[in-house]
Parts: sequence; structure tokens; C-alpha cells
Amino acid sequence: MNNLIIFPILIPLITGVVLIFFAKNIMVQRWISAISALIVIIVSFMQANLVYHDGIQTMDVSNWEAPYGITLVSDMLSSLLVLTTSIIAFAALIYSFQSIGEAREKFYYYPVVHFLIVGVNGAFTTGDIFNLFVFFEVMLMSSYVLLVLGGTKIQLRESIKYILVNVISSALFVIAVAYLYSVVGTLNMAHISVRLSEAGNTGIITVLAVLFLIVFGLKGAIFPLYFWLPGSYYAPPAPVMALFGALLTKVGVYSITRTFTLFFYHDVGYTHQLLQILAILTIISGVIGALAFTDIKKIVIYNIIVAVGVILFGVSVLTPESLTGAVFYLIHDMNIKAALFLLIGIIIAITGTSDLNKISGLINRYPGLGWTFFIAGLALAGIPPLSGFAGKMMIVRAGFETENYIGAFVVLMSSLLVLYSIMRIFIGGFWGTPRAYKNEDKAPVKWLLIAPAVLTAFAVLYGLGTEAVYPVISAAAETLANPEIYIHAVLKE
Amino acid sequence: MEILMAFLIGILFMAATYLMLSKSLLRIIIGTGLLSHGAHLLILTMGGLKRGAPPLLGEHAATYVDPLPQALILTAIVISFGVTSFFLVLAYRAYQELGTDNMDRLRGKEGHE
Amino acid sequence: MKTNDIILQTVTKFTLFVIILFSIHLFFAGHYHPGGGFIGGLMTSGAIVLLLLAFDIKTVKTILPVDYIKLVAIGLLFAIGTGTGALFFDLPFLTHAFTYVDLPLLGKTSLHTAVLFDTGVFLVVIGVTMTIIQTIGESE
Repeated sequence: MNNLIIFPILIPLITGVVLIFFAKNIMVQRWISAISALIVIIVSFMQANLVYHDGIQTMDVSNWEAPYGITLVSDMLSSLLVLTTSIIAFAALIYSFQSIGEAREKFYYYPVVHFLIVGVNGAFTTGDIFNLFVFFEVMLMSSYVLLVLGGTKIQLRESIKYILVNVISSALFVIAVAYLYSVVGTLNMAHISVRLSEAGNTGIITVLAVLFLIVFGLKGAIFPLYFWLPGSYYAPPAPVMALFGALLTKVGVYSITRTFTLFFYHDVGYTHQLLQILAILTIISGVIGALAFTDIKKIVIYNIIVAVGVILFGVSVLTPESLTGAVFYLIHDMNIKAALFLLIGIIIAITGTSDLNKISGLINRYPGLGWTFFIAGLALAGIPPLSGFAGKMMIVRAGFETENYIGAFVVLMSSLLVLYSIMRIFIGGFWGTPRAYKNEDKAPVKWLLIAPAVLTAFAVLYGLGTEAVYPVISAAAETLANPEIYIHAVLKE
Repeated sequence: MEILMAFLIGILFMAATYLMLSKSLLRIIIGTGLLSHGAHLLILTMGGLKRGAPPLLGEHAATYVDPLPQALILTAIVISFGVTSFFLVLAYRAYQELGTDNMDRLRGKEGHE
Repeated sequence: MKTNDIILQTVTKFTLFVIILFSIHLFFAGHYHPGGGFIGGLMTSGAIVLLLLAFDIKTVKTILPVDYIKLVAIGLLFAIGTGTGALFFDLPFLTHAFTYVDLPLLGKTSLHTAVLFDTGVFLVVIGVTMTIIQTIGESE
């Protein structure tokens, strides 16, 4: 029993509730938000440290023993993702102070961001499949509010579609849990894994796997199910985009990773083959989107889809090395996507447009912004020694070793095209003749640059310190590769 | 009994799909409501339909009822209640702002106001 | 045009208290019998909605000058606070405690910390329902 595990969920929750009382006092809201986010970073760091040294930490909520009550489980992967989430949330909050606007700040923007963090951290931490659904809903509810906050026409229109898609996928989630419950009669994820291995290899388990793949795929934006993402993520302002792009799809990816390594690892013939094909198609369609648009928001949004494909390809190969690569890349991608969204937010704040054809020559006046963007772009594409490299290399190598040549080749090619799509923004937007923009002097560029610069610095450090973080990441992948570790820690058999 | 429930759930899903494919936003919302009703009934059925005592110590009954599906349904109902009401308010606001509840006219051009 | 709703208003004045009393009964019955914070809260907000129907939104605001969003926050604080209390005794989050007490008039009564949690749920449900109804109602 370890109560530390609840704090990354509890602190944002309490903060969110307390902030409701200070709805009209923006300064108090900002201070409380920043301090609370900072505390969450410290707590989740302590938690990750504890997990690294003492192994998987669990907590049985309200003291009901493991298979009967809800258990929160923090293994290395969960605690690392919680840590990354809290760092990104802090960065997005700092960025919001100068960019989100008073109207939103007075209309419960900060409480809702904290509730979003509750949902995301909860989804990463929980060890109960139905509780996962509940945390998904907490996260989605907050995302609905964040998406619609401001109430412009495009936001209203896009949030209707977003909510409709997510309501349907939530109903599918409930249906999938109902089928799962009828097969195994339990909801605890470790216990489900045990019961599924006892149940043997029947058709219904494959059906369940595909159902869960559809449910989480809708949230994580895999190949045929990503159709809603480019439109919906286009609508909100930059910090909200950063939170969505860095966190929401990754929760879907995490859930696929968790279920496909913990539940459905017995018969990998059909399900993981399917996952692999979908992952490759996801990469291809994401790359096509990233190359097709001349809108900087769209380019980065399609790059989310590419990253989802790369990570899931790593998961579908299912060797220890590919899983290590997937975890490496997952954390890298959360960090760098947040940085990129915040950076293009600055570009939009300066120029007032996201159309690449109307932007040029920014580097003259904003060298800091330009070079941060350049480094972030290189890191995204996985140029050594930056952060994307190690993960991608491990995924590709594992792909070649297991003779999945097409997939590994597609991942390799995608890095090249991702680099091209990002450099297009850099060349088009930062080079060329400088132009005058209407709102140029109003944008508080220096303040806004702090958060993405810190995140980009993390990306550089994460890349340079690959050797140092490798044992931590491989510990996370080890739990994924050997579900027995997870099961044993939860059920204490 | 399970067969009957299966038919009922099927009919609910069918009606939900039909409604969600229509153009009017209000019908779509009612469709999502029916979809979640179907899903809730599915949990109840999948948990096993039987009569029995509440699963408490000291009841000394021959059969007990599984309390878990009921707890799950309650949670799911509360969540779908919240989402549906949010969706209704949003639809109303969108109708005021955009002047239409026809999904065809709500489509808009990609990435434009 | 002013509609004549004298019957509705008169009936509301009586039934309102019956409904609220019944919702409180449901709330306290919750732990051992059907009922609880959720259904009790829904019923109380039903009573307030009846009040809204019979009178208008301004009158109701003078009778009940409550900021429902704050009510949600207070309710959440109750619920979270109950859960967090367990942390101080080094027990897992949300662990609840109960005891039996001999109260005057009521006799042997069981007291639960779960009731505090349920109070939170009760307030949250009233707050959320009324916020939704007011949001739609006010814009007309």
C-alpha cells in the first residue's frame, strides 16, 4: 500500500475544485495553478523514483483487496507517463497565462485544465478496466469544455463532431467491457489477464481484442478512425491544442499498449498482425496529410497521427527491444508535440494566421523562436543525437530482426518525410523576406517562448542522456514484455 | 430471458443507428441516448440475469445476485446523463450561433471559419 | 400574455416541501435501502425545477440565492475531503469508517463517513442539474 500513487490524481482534482471559488480572480488562479502543477511534477517524480527502486506500487482504493475493489497500479510505464504529463501540463499552464485571454480565464479555463490532468493521470495509473472508462470520461468531459470554450463558430461546429464521435466510442467501450465481463467475470486488469490465459484461446478473445482496438483506436487516432482528429484539433487555441495533441491521443495509445500486452498476448497471430497493418497505414496516411497541407496547424496535427502509427508499430512487433523503443518514442513524442504546438501557437500569435503562404522571414526578428523551432523539428524527425532517434532506431531494428521489413521501412521513410514536412514550415515561415504583421507587437513572444524552449531543452537532454535513461525505459518495457510481473505485483500471489 | 434481452438490445442499437444517421442534430442526440441505454442493458444481461438475495454476509440465501453490473450501470448512467445534457446545451448554443441544426449545413470547409 | 397558473402555484407551494422531505428521506435511507445522494439530489433539483415552472426564474433567484456552480464545488470538496481524510490515518484513499452510536430519540444509529461523501454527491447533483437547466432557461 502506497498513498503517494494517488497524489498526481488528487492534487489537480482539489486544485480544480478550489479554483472554481476564485473564478473571477485571475491572478490567484494563475498562482494556484502554477504551484499545484509544480507540486504534481515533484510528487510524480518521487513516485517514478520509488517505482524504479522498489518495483511496481499498488494501492487498493478504499481498502478493498485487489481483485474485488479498484486498484491503482503504478508500474514504470505509468509513472513515467504521469511524470511527462505533469511536465507538459505545467508548460501549457505557463504558456496560457499570456495567451489564453481573460474571457477564458474567467470562464473556468484553469479548473477544467486541472480536471483534464486528473483524467489523464488517472487513466495512466488505474489498474481496473471500468475505472479506466471513468477516467477516460473525466478526461473527455474536460476536453469537450476546453474545445468549446470561447464559443466561436468553428469551435461549436467541431466540438459537435468531436463529442458525437467520442460518445459513440464510449458506448462501444461500455459494450466491450460488458462482453469482457461476461467472459472473465472480473474487472481488475491483472485478474482479467489471469482469467484470459485460463480461458484458453477462443474466438471471443479475438473479438474482444478487436473491439478494444476500435474503442481505443478512436481515441488514439489509428488508421481508419482518425478522421475526426484533424478537424477537431484545429479549432482550439495553442495551449489547448498542445494538451490535446500531447496527452489525449497518447492515452488511447497507452490503453492499446496496455491491453495488447497484458490481455491479448497469447494469440498474436491475428490481433497483432491487424494492429501492425493498421499502424503502417496510420503512418502512411499521417505522412500524406502532413505533406498535403500548407497550414502549419494541420501539418503538426497530421504528425500526431504519424507518431501514433510509429509507436503502435513498435507495440505490435512485441519484442522487448521494440517495446523499449515504443516507450522511448511515446515519451519523446508527448514532449515534442507539446513543444511544437506551443511554438506554432507563437507563430500564429505573431502573424495572426496559420497559412504558410502568408508567413515568411520570421527569423530576422525572432531568432530564438526560429532556432527553437528548428531543434524541435529535428527532434521530431529523430535526427541523432536528439530525442526521437533512440526510440525510432530500436523500433526499426526490432522490425528488421523480426522480418517485418515493410513496416520498418515505412517507419524509416516516415522520419524522412516528417523532417521534410517540418522543414517546410521552417523554410517557408522563417526564411525569405520579412513581412509586417498586424498584431506583431502585441504578442508577448519572450514569455510565450519560455515553455516550449524548456520542453525542447528536455528533448535535447533526453536525446543526449539516452544512455542514462535507458535502464528506466527498459524497466518499463520489461513489465510490458512480461505480464507476470504486473500480475504478481497487483494480486500479490 | 437472455434471448429476449438480446432482441431488445438489438432493437435499441438499431434505432440508435438509424437516428444517428439522420441529419437533424436533435435526433442524433436522442440516438446517442438510445445507444447508451442499449449498452447499459447489455452490461446487465452480460452479468447474468437471475433472481437472488443481495450479496451480503448473513443472508443465507440459495443464490446471490452479482452486484457489480449494477454498480457499473449506475456509473455509466450518470456519465451518459452528464454527457447527454452537455451535448444538448451545446446543440442549443450551436443552433443559436449557427442558425441551423442540419448536419449537412454544419459541415463547413476544412479549417475555415 | 400572462397565463393564469394559480393552481400550479398553489399546488407547488404544498408539494414542494413534500418532495424535498421525501428526497431527504431517500438520501438518509441510502446506505441500507434503495436511495442515496444521487437520487436524493435529483429529486431535490426536481423540486426546484417545479418551482421554476410555477414561478419565474427571477422569483426563484430571490428565494434561493445560490450560485449553483459554487454548490458543485462545495459538493466536490465534501466528497474529496471524505476520501482524503483516510490518508491522514495511513489508510488507502476513500477508506470509510463507521460506528454505532446511541442517539436520543433515534436509538441505536449507525454513523458512516460515507454519509459525508454522499452529501457531496447530493450537492453536486443539485448543482449540475440546476446549472444545466438555468443555462438553457436563462437565454430565452
